Amino acid sequence: MPTIEATTGNDAIAEAMRQVNPDVVPVYPITPQTAIVEAFSSMVSNGLVDTHLINTESEHSAMSAAIGATAAGARVMTATASQGLAFMWEMLHIASSLRLPVVMCNVNRTLSAPINIHCDYSDSMGARDSGWIQLYSENAQEAYDNMIQAVRIAENTEVLLPVMVLMDGFIISHSIERVQFLDDSKVKEFVGSYNPSEFLLNSENPIAYGAFDSLHGYYFEFKRAQQQAMLNAYQVIEDVGNDFAAISDRSYSLFEEYKMEDADVALVAMGSAAGTMKETVDSFRSRGVKLGLLKIRVFRPFPVKELVRALSKVKTVGVFDRSHTFAGELGGQTYVELCSAFYNYQDRPLLKNYIYGLGGRDLNLDLLEKAVNGLMNESESSVNNCNVSYLGLRDKEAIT
Amino acid sequence: MNIKLKELPERNEIITAGHRMCAGCGAPIAANEILLSAPQDTRFVVSSSTGCMQVSTCLYPFVSWKASFIHSAFENGPATLSGIETAYNALRARGKVRDNFHFVNFAGDGGTYDIGLQALSGALERGHRMLMVCYNNEAYMNTGTQCSGATPYGSWSSTSPYGECSFGKERNRKDLTAIVAAHNIPYVAQASIHNYRDTVMKAQKAFAVNGPSFINIIAPCPRGWRFPGEKTVEMARLSFETCIWPLYEVVEGKWKLTAKPKVKKPIEDYIKLQGRFQHLFKPEFEDRLALIQSEVDEQWSKLLLRCGETE
Repeated sequence: MPTIEATTGNDAIAEAMRQVNPDVVPVYPITPQTAIVEAFSSMVSNGLVDTHLINTESEHSAMSAAIGATAAGARVMTATASQGLAFMWEMLHIASSLRLPVVMCNVNRTLSAPINIHCDYSDSMGARDSGWIQLYSENAQEAYDNMIQAVRIAENTEVLLPVMVLMDGFIISHSIERVQFLDDSKVKEFVGSYNPSEFLLNSENPIAYGAFDSLHGYYFEFKRAQQQAMLNAYQVIEDVGNDFAAISDRSYSLFEEYKMEDADVALVAMGSAAGTMKETVDSFRSRGVKLGLLKIRVFRPFPVKELVRALSKVKTVGVFDRSHTFAGELGGQTYVELCSAFYNYQDRPLLKNYIYGLGGRDLNLDLLEKAVNGLMNESESSVNNCNVSYLGLRDKEAIT
Repeated sequence: MNIKLKELPERNEIITAGHRMCAGCGAPIAANEILLSAPQDTRFVVSSSTGCMQVSTCLYPFVSWKASFIHSAFENGPATLSGIETAYNALRARGKVRDNFHFVNFAGDGGTYDIGLQALSGALERGHRMLMVCYNNEAYMNTGTQCSGATPYGSWSSTSPYGECSFGKERNRKDLTAIVAAHNIPYVAQASIHNYRDTVMKAQKAFAVNGPSFINIIAPCPRGWRFPGEKTVEMARLSFETCIWPLYEVVEGKWKLTAKPKVKKPIEDYIKLQGRFQHLFKPEFEDRLALIQSEVDEQWSKLLLRCGETE
């Protein structure tokens, strides 16, 4: 029987890791992720798993060890956040390029400076082009579910890419929520065992990983193959989501649509903000406004066609970014990518961008009320040069 | 335990001919001496930090290693290999791997003394059963002879060139072997390619310990040091005979000289043969030559004291 518990996001991730019982877990602490590796270390120390733990001396070495262990034929999971993910940056690319299915939870926290331990997506957005699949989570339940599905997605032979499960720092990682855990046996059966066809410890067939590709080599072809794996991932993520629904009654796709059927105005967001936005949608709906929410779960691969299909009939879309590209007039990452997705289509909504929540700045219902009111006016007068607004900034003039 | 020189070529070589290391390079000699010393039924996972040996032995789609091989990046060979060694233990415990494996990382001095020091230190502290080899050519040779933490005092390098205001590298190299020994791991040694008997003995001990081992082996570089390629072994021998590169081991905290020159030659005999030191023979740098000799003498005396030896 599935159990329902009150738990933090971090504990939910550690519980998923316990149930997966990976071969190797390299660990390194960083706020707000530390509680994951603490909880998991305790599971190792108490024999709840037979995983071999590696207490690395840095995140760079944690990802390096994850790469080595996965190449050796082991199933490997780890966790990090913020500066730790930034420090891993070099190795993130090597993990995906060597096609190693590492699964990692990144608890979203902003990047220094100034040093700040709270949530935004600057860390994972900094890794968006590293060749990792990225699954964002609205709450602890989704983080737990994503962590389990990530194993199957990563190890699928049509994919073989590392998967990053994202969870909002503190907002999810440290808040206690209701989480329904699956039975151990269900999870075990769902993830199966990891049996790679080629691995370093295969004495019958020694192999080389990470050879030198000189000027006349095959780098370009490798990269094209990597992109193909990302293209294949769309369907695999959908399939794994369907399989997961069969054991959990919780279904997962590339994104979630909330009251989008007839929406004139839509909000697009990721992570915990989507939970707050559902309240806002309900509130406006009760006043007769056709507002909807589209919550992106899979940011990599970016669901281009599916998002266009879901949003093409909407008049105005407010895209919420918890990070910035600092690219001058371009706005946040989700906004920029959604604009790109729509460029070649005739039916496209007016797209506006809200940068919010940097460094953990709270996003509340009042701010969302203002934003939606702004979006409703945009529907009537679409001529506006300023497409990027800042929500919740101390300077009131910034909210335009 | 002793392996005769004529037996070495009869053993199964792990690094094959056909690699792209320069003619006269000391590094493949080091790799051969060490790997041929392992028990004959050994299976290897070899890891290599970015550098000469790595780029020259795995030009896609070819590979010179008769073993599983991995390169991931520059600063993390020991970290990558520690993941592999841990995976080995985990998979053996779960019955998925049955054969015995040894784990060896090859890194140059850049990948060991400098950018790789943190990953090396972490791996040593964690106690993985693996041998970490520094093939030490005393500069970043793969990128064209830039100054490293192993580059000796007074040496020219492309980033410590001599000129109007400089006599070359103005600082002493760090004593990496002693730094490694301070981790209190089971086996640490300093070796040289010219003394195969000594290197083989050290590699055998390294492979026999149940924990981390480290060999810092001098591997002269004809290109970077500026000497003819046929003089590599002679250059290594002179580094030993002048005592700028002493041969010793540290076993469970006990320091021991494994070879001692019959006559300690003046450092000039060593550096006069190398282009990287030629500028020091200009009259204006005479005092620098004397400084190098006094530094060698001081370090040698300290080592003798540590090893309980006298001059």
